[in-house]
Amino acid sequence: MMVKSMRKASSPKLNREHAHHLLHQMLRIRRFEDKAAELYSAMKIRGFLHLYNGEEAVAVGVMEALTPEDAVVATYREHGQALARGLSAASILAEMYGKQEGCCRGRGGSMHLFDDKTRFYGGNAIVGGGLPLAVGLALADKMQNRPRVTCCFFGDGAVAEGEFHESMNLAALWQLPVLFLCENNLYAMGTALTLSEAVTDLARKAASYNVQAAAVDGMDVLAVESAARKAAALVRSGQGPYFLECRTYRFRAHSMFDPELYRSKEEVEEWKKRCPIATFIQRLKDQALLDDTELNGMEREVADEINQAIAFAEVCTCEPVEDLTRFVYSERRPA
Amino acid sequence: MNGNSKTVRRITYREAVHEALRDALLRDQRVFLMGEDVGRYGGCFAVSKGLLEEFGPERIRDTPLSESTFTGAGIGAALGGMRPIVEIMTVNFSLLASDQILNNAATYLHMSGGLFNVPLVIRMATGGGRQLAAQHSHSLEGWYAHIPGIRVLTPATLEDARGMLWTALEDPDPVLIFEHSTLYNMEGDLPVDAGPVDIDRARVRRPGRDITIITYGASLFKVLDAAETLSGEGIEAEVIDLRTLRPLDDRTFLDSVARTHRALVVDEGWRSGSLSAEISARIMEGAFYELDVPVERICSAEVPMPYAKHLEEAALPQVDKILASVRRMVTSHG
Repeated sequence: MMVKSMRKASSPKLNREHAHHLLHQMLRIRRFEDKAAELYSAMKIRGFLHLYNGEEAVAVGVMEALTPEDAVVATYREHGQALARGLSAASILAEMYGKQEGCCRGRGGSMHLFDDKTRFYGGNAIVGGGLPLAVGLALADKMQNRPRVTCCFFGDGAVAEGEFHESMNLAALWQLPVLFLCENNLYAMGTALTLSEAVTDLARKAASYNVQAAAVDGMDVLAVESAARKAAALVRSGQGPYFLECRTYRFRAHSMFDPELYRSKEEVEEWKKRCPIATFIQRLKDQALLDDTELNGMEREVADEINQAIAFAEVCTCEPVEDLTRFVYSERRPA
Repeated sequence: MNGNSKTVRRITYREAVHEALRDALLRDQRVFLMGEDVGRYGGCFAVSKGLLEEFGPERIRDTPLSESTFTGAGIGAALGGMRPIVEIMTVNFSLLASDQILNNAATYLHMSGGLFNVPLVIRMATGGGRQLAAQHSHSLEGWYAHIPGIRVLTPATLEDARGMLWTALEDPDPVLIFEHSTLYNMEGDLPVDAGPVDIDRARVRRPGRDITIITYGASLFKVLDAAETLSGEGIEAEVIDLRTLRPLDDRTFLDSVARTHRALVVDEGWRSGSLSAEISARIMEGAFYELDVPVERICSAEVPMPYAKHLEEAALPQVDKILASVRRMVTSHG
């Protein structure tokens, strides 16, 4: 699908430091995901593993628009969001190793990363199931007069779920501070958007519920950041929910079990030419905001972080089996 | 109810639930009620009548017919520090919210390794007996009791209708409260100072030596009627009101069976794969050698609920069926 009729986001002022920060964040995600795939093949990680390669600009750009008090609700393809939000690579990797030092004690795994310190509410693996939660988190903020944003990530597949439509309506009806962040990577697992939706312009669907809506090039981190800042500012100022569609593409398979029968290699290669990291590096070099020494330094830093995360996960410990039934119910109840 | 030392007043079950809601809204600013027709209509069963006028539309929220999303929004609001009461009009419609209840409310605490508890209360009407046919007569509280991570309450008495809600709201985890729709008009005496009650223990509603009858919800009153008749025949039935279906207080009924040596389960749910099956299994596991006769069950017939009055009556547990089973069980010696 061609990306057209998109809002041309005004370029934020790009200084060297900020540019390097964005690139660094995207590189962290890319290298983390590549390593996760290796570790999956080495059977260190099991279960489902959904990788974010190709979509890095979305999580990184959007997180720039959020404050620490804001909330994030993510999907099962959420390593990138978690890293960009501030969960440590070590706690995420330990979680994927199933270890008790992981962010959820190894209870959740790759699909269910949670963190209270950064208000990261999953890791939700039922498509569309996170949207009502985000509506409720935003309702709590509104009722308590807190100027916060709840940012809810979901994919194009979720748009087919009833909960998408119910949530758009309720958030608009009650003017709730939700930033609905649609990562449109064109495929709901293996079913193309064009094969599942009669109307493929997703922003139009949201707009039909009187939700402010826009689409942006999800392969351009600066465009995403700019659009997300604008959207978050509107939401925070009490102007109701906002729907931002980031048009992106997943470079790897849906999960580690996906033979990718539903799309052509040519299509994937075509999208890889628009790699959000490669194109950003080129852009920075063209503008003399990055040189190879700096890039190599950044790569080394990222590699060190990931190697340390692996070293940490390797020595982490398993939760005792006796703790299996802990946290089915809260341990402290009123007498 | 013995009211010799306390002032009592006549009250209906509906009024008791209303009072519980109003009390909770007064006690805690974080409490709010949302659901279909809870505000301007006054509640499908007129339970929340007047609350909108008293507490305003911020705290008494009429919702669209979006069960999944307003239930999920209740979960989110609970995570965000509120104490929501979500009203799902009836259990029949809760199926549309079952993803949120099972996949989110029940899992969040465990799945997050203890990080995020969900202090949410979901109320709904349940049960048959009003000629509402197959799509409006379900008794699915036993289904919900299958799910770890939630608490399932079935207030049958006025005291529980009045007292369970506040205790449920104070609980850090999700609590589902099933109010049998035939009970709303039930009238009786309740102490003026009736307040919160525990949500952990079953109760012996009538002591007896000859047989233990285990039940909950509206069936409790059919069982009590039967027990009264049996008493006239010299058979003393011990009647146990489970009150909470999950976690199940099996100690109370196992102790009773150890005294009476006979057990009958009366459950408006279907028989197969049911709460009654669970109770029966626990008696086998925990009191097998105490039994003089096999455990018996009276459940709803395994059919979609029919509309016609005589067929619906035949499908539901009734006093005559309870009497027949008990007479047979106490005269049998295995």
